[in-house]
Amino acid sequence: MEVLLFGIAKDIVGASVLAMESFEKRPDTVKELKQELERSFPDFGKLSSLAIAVNSEYAEEGTQLRSGDEIAIIPPVSGG
Amino acid sequence: MKEMNVEIVPQIELGKVYETLSHPESGGICVFVGTVREFTKGEQVVSLEFEAYEQMALKEMQKIADTASEKWKLDRVLLQHAVGVKSVAEPVVVVGASSAHREACFAACRFLIDTLKEKVPIWKKEFFKNKSVWVSAHP
Repeated sequence: MEVLLFGIAKDIVGASVLAMESFEKRPDTVKELKQELERSFPDFGKLSSLAIAVNSEYAEEGTQLRSGDEIAIIPPVSGG
Repeated sequence: MKEMNVEIVPQIELGKVYETLSHPESGGICVFVGTVREFTKGEQVVSLEFEAYEQMALKEMQKIADTASEKWKLDRVLLQHAVGVKSVAEPVVVVGASSAHREACFAACRFLIDTLKEKVPIWKKEFFKNKSVWVSAHP
């Protein structure tokens, strides 16, 4: 299971995808994923905001992550 | 029938915007074009690079078009965003709406660009002479 990375998230991790298995504890929810990201890559904690998309929709903290979901890290957007 | 045009494109083609938004029942078309500005806080920008999570960006742009159509009586709605490297003065985003009277399309146009900037997963990197910065990433 992989997490898609965009913008500054790609620079922080140094890749455009991140394997869920690479975390010490495999995150089950959006909240846990954010915690694991900040633990593994402290620079995530310095961003203005951090959102997670599940199946290309903004997800709530409590959203469960299931195998087969498309998960993406959404750092602060800056289109326009 | 409402027609909406939502796209992520390598190049914004402004010449086609009028044709896309034009509608026989409309009395006006309002369009906003976002362009690459040469200076950010006094520093000279060489170029901007845009990256999109395309599938989600298109979904979010469609939601914005739908919401605008619910809030105002519009004939046509358009949201297009460019990706890739853009130079100073080039267009990077265009949004617009047509309606019978101008109040609706002016208000909708403002809503389209403001909401796009807030919600759509697109990222902009500013390239200066000696550095590059992901815009809005840090407080």
